[in-house]
Amino acid sequence: MTRTVVVIGSSIGGVRTAQALRSEGFGGRVVLVGEEAQLPYDKPPLSKQFLTGQWDVDRVLLLTEEKADKDSIELRLGVPATRLDIAARQVLLADGASLEYDSAVIATGASARPSPWRPESGVHVVRTLDDSRRLQARLSDGGPVVVVGGGFIGAEVAGSARALGHEVTVVDPLPTPIGRVVGPEIGRLFSELHHRHGVVTRFGVGVEAIEGAAGDLRVRLTDGTQLQAATVVVGIGAVPNDGWLADSGLPIDNGVLCDQYSRALDAPDVYAVGDVARWFHPGHREYVRVEHWTNAVEQGACAAHNIANPDDLRAYRPVEYVWSDQYDWKAQIVGRPNHGTRHETVGSLSAGNPRAAVLYTDETGRLCGAVTVNWPKALVQCRRLVTDGAPFDDALAKVSALTPPSGRSAGEPVAGARA
Amino acid sequence: MPVLKANFEACQGYANCVDAAPEVYDIDDDGVVVLLKAEISDEERPRIEEAARSCPVSALTIEDA
Repeated sequence: MTRTVVVIGSSIGGVRTAQALRSEGFGGRVVLVGEEAQLPYDKPPLSKQFLTGQWDVDRVLLLTEEKADKDSIELRLGVPATRLDIAARQVLLADGASLEYDSAVIATGASARPSPWRPESGVHVVRTLDDSRRLQARLSDGGPVVVVGGGFIGAEVAGSARALGHEVTVVDPLPTPIGRVVGPEIGRLFSELHHRHGVVTRFGVGVEAIEGAAGDLRVRLTDGTQLQAATVVVGIGAVPNDGWLADSGLPIDNGVLCDQYSRALDAPDVYAVGDVARWFHPGHREYVRVEHWTNAVEQGACAAHNIANPDDLRAYRPVEYVWSDQYDWKAQIVGRPNHGTRHETVGSLSAGNPRAAVLYTDETGRLCGAVTVNWPKALVQCRRLVTDGAPFDDALAKVSALTPPSGRSAGEPVAGARA
Repeated sequence: MPVLKANFEACQGYANCVDAAPEVYDIDDDGVVVLLKAEISDEERPRIEEAARSCPVSALTIEDA
């Protein structure tokens, strides 16, 4: 009997799940359903290399027809799934077709949270290839650019717009937007990064209204001031694409609720992976939803394993990992720095040659997270140490013992200096 | 035997490969991938393939010898 797996969603989580099924030796049918007619593509470059025009569309493709053929992945692109019928084990598509499944994988991702401000035109979000193309076209008409949202996407878009030569201002109601992820002290260094690269920040101030049209927009702020912009980019988070499942009977609460094996609660034939999944993390002992690229890949691989090996189910308990390339910083974040109560920095984050690892510990005394800048070797070490639950002092000693970064921490002796 | 390939120019030091398959991938002090083996066995190929596919810039491939 041939089993069929239908994967709904053709971004990173869906594509990698389909491929991993083959790596896991699954010999049945694999069907990949995608809303966009475009071949599956990768999203991280859309706020960076693709937006600035350094990379073309071929460079961001995740899957070609040839590669899909090679893995016997049937593509159903350009048609969104509209319904999941759990009792009949069918996925219904917008063109009226239905696909029967033995296992279904929900990988519909998340959408950019829509802008609450709707002037006539000129307000953009960056989530899809078309979003990035539209913004790219608009940016070629000139600045200034106002970015609303100082998180990762906002910071990356600001860096890209600045690299294209525009005047850029980033607005965020939080005093240190990245501080949510890395704590206020390190968060401030991320804010200063903008300033060093000629980008103005208005943090701690909200947006009241946006008026006008593309080329002539006025962004009114809550402190009564106003910014002039040709283009506004809104990067205020993402919302899981779970609306199409509303009548499925699946438990939905800010994503599809899943058990530790990434199976939907009460529907063990249905899995969810990536941004749309909120699963029980056995290490954290709570339900979590993670919007990171690496999470979509790892959860897809784990779900594929569980589908291909139903007698050898693997719990999914990842250590969080995300990166963000901002200006001359390659920031890599592992674990949960925002749970930290104390941190220590190895190396230096000063302007000249930033290269450092910031290690965080919580009340358990273990390494709970780390932020590295321009130091992938330290990132690898920290990722292992967080995975192993290493005591903080041991972790600090191990990272300090790595080939010393070229920057220096305050207080370290200067080579060749005389006291 | 399957052969490991890496595009060292493309590598950005995201290091997912090292986390997924530390016995074949490592990273040097400059943050560039290091291949610890030239070839792998057919048995380990599926797992190494998954490690290669965790590269955010698709710098890693496995080719048939």
